[in-house]
Amino acid sequence: MTSTDQQPFLSIKDLKVHFSTEDGTVKAVDGLSFDLERGKTLGIVGESGSGKSVTNLTILGLHNPDSTTVEGSIVLDDQELNGASEKTLEKLRGNKMSMIFQDALASLSPYHTVGIQIGETYRKHTGCSKKEARARAIEMLTRVGIPQPDLRVDEYPHQFSGGMRQRAMIAMALVCDPELLIADEPTTALDVTVQAQIMDLLKDLQKEFGTAIIFITHDLGVIADIADEVLVMYGGRCVESGTKKEVLRAPQHPYTWGLLSSMPSLDGPVDVPLNPIPGSPPSLLNPPSGCRFHPRCAFAEKVESDLCSTERPPLEITDGRGSACHLTADQRSEFFADLAGSPAN
Amino acid sequence: MSNANPLLDVSGLTKHFSIKGGFPIRRTVGAVQAVDGLDFQVGEGESLGLVGESGCGKSTTGRLITRLLEPTGGKISYRGQDITHAGRKQLAPIRSEIQMIFQDPYASLNPRQTVGKIVAGPMEINNINPAGGREARVRELLEIVGLNPEHYNRFPHEFSGGQRQRIGVARALALEPKLIVADEPVSALDVSIQAQVVNLLQKVQKELGIAFVFIAHDLAIVRHFSQRVAVMYLGKIVEIADRDDLYGNPRHPYTRALLSAVPEATVDETPARERIRLVGDVPSPINPPTGCRFRTRCWKATEKCATEAPPLVQVEGNKPGHLTACHYPETADTVPAPRLSKDPEAAA
Repeated sequence: MTSTDQQPFLSIKDLKVHFSTEDGTVKAVDGLSFDLERGKTLGIVGESGSGKSVTNLTILGLHNPDSTTVEGSIVLDDQELNGASEKTLEKLRGNKMSMIFQDALASLSPYHTVGIQIGETYRKHTGCSKKEARARAIEMLTRVGIPQPDLRVDEYPHQFSGGMRQRAMIAMALVCDPELLIADEPTTALDVTVQAQIMDLLKDLQKEFGTAIIFITHDLGVIADIADEVLVMYGGRCVESGTKKEVLRAPQHPYTWGLLSSMPSLDGPVDVPLNPIPGSPPSLLNPPSGCRFHPRCAFAEKVESDLCSTERPPLEITDGRGSACHLTADQRSEFFADLAGSPAN
Repeated sequence: MSNANPLLDVSGLTKHFSIKGGFPIRRTVGAVQAVDGLDFQVGEGESLGLVGESGCGKSTTGRLITRLLEPTGGKISYRGQDITHAGRKQLAPIRSEIQMIFQDPYASLNPRQTVGKIVAGPMEINNINPAGGREARVRELLEIVGLNPEHYNRFPHEFSGGQRQRIGVARALALEPKLIVADEPVSALDVSIQAQVVNLLQKVQKELGIAFVFIAHDLAIVRHFSQRVAVMYLGKIVEIADRDDLYGNPRHPYTRALLSAVPEATVDETPARERIRLVGDVPSPINPPTGCRFRTRCWKATEKCATEAPPLVQVEGNKPGHLTACHYPETADTVPAPRLSKDPEAAA
């Protein structure tokens, strides 16, 4: 995420997304900033209520303008998207930037064949004929590894298996060779062997076309496989960012550390209880004061006075690496040192 | 590890769901062979993990054990008593000993009942009145699962997903069961909550000596929780062993592939595990492949695999109790399958 002379391909600055509801304002995203270069993959890690999905829907302009307030800047290839007209966004969606959703069955129309759905995006942005669109749909199905694509193109989503539906959705998202692909938990609902196939597919496609990918997941193992850079979100904010190696090997935030140490592995000790993070994800209607993670933090008491509950820790980023925590650098080295025996660097 | 007196003894367990079709007269035209000839045992206080992917039949197996479904073949014995085709009256006294925890914490609790009523439900249905009264027992159960007993009168929607799952556990404990079938108890929960519930289940198992059949697709969690693990594929058990034997020395190609596909949150310079990529999708259980059902995705399938179904036995090199169903079991130095991500039809 280091910018050279050029601006990064995608640049989000201080994004705030608030929903007004009957019960009050839900601050789904509260001051998020990150950059993404072409051909790179940013992994966003977050759980329920972290704001990860809202962020991505907002980038694509898929939020409800009547009840949503969006502040901050979203710049894609030097073009500001926040506040852009629906017409502008329509030209970009499915074309320059596109999205893969988590639940393929819910996201594909049950009434149209897979071929029609893939071709529809292509026709809209290129104005080609139905015949050309169908040929392109077959080409895309081949590219994503669907066997017998010339037959499958006329089938309906319910005739595809879970893994195949996800591939079909990937085909739909890539049909216009987008430069930015946002994948929102695309493999969470899939079996582990199918997940591995889909991850390979995305990596191959990125190599071939240089697509920038934002990959949202709660699975740190998936992040380790596919991401170059990592952004950890909690309660609508970024709590940690860095390269995959930095974040997974030497986490700098108690939440990241908590996630890593609570996960059972395939070869760790078995007869000791797991180390869960106590409590539950925060309400975004009435988020905790100060640091949003502090009610669940094992280290809040190590910080002097009640800084954690009164002051929001600043997110300090140097060269793409940073975290938002009141603990000092020395304290972090000491507390997070014993993660699977690897010393914090 | 076969017990002389296992708590649960399953042999040849089979469940075929018939498919009706045809016009003008509907008749049975085929069957979904969801579970096809399973053999396994669960000892007292023991935890058996059942892993496999979608459509392998693990959930159906869970429902057969609890007799929510009736088998179409084979035998289920609970404490020596044959319950395979037992009727409601016969099952009634046993039902309190075999309980279930479900996957979806939002669908498995009646939204119109308070937590107190939900957890007391099993006692009401079975006319059980513990000394001290049902309410006291419910409060005790809520405490055991880490919930505030003061929340007795709250409704499910007032709780988070993890808390709702705890309510499900409290309900399953109400009748002091000997065996709990947990069907994907943590899959629907956030990662930071999963560990909480797994710890709770382990505590319950250790303190109350309850046996578990732990059904899941997350291999790391199954490893953490179970002493013995069975791997299912398309209605069959392809490998079953004590935990350390299965994870340390997987002999079946599918087990190998499954283990290698699990993404691990480590960043190493040299990858610790060889990645095996399976090509294609799981075949339909309506028309499973002949012989070995895994052969259509197996990189070393031969003619023999299509004609002869491999028996689940202790193959050479396995420790006792480690059974594998494969004609060509993997060895420590077997070269793993090449990456075939661009050629999905190759293993047909």
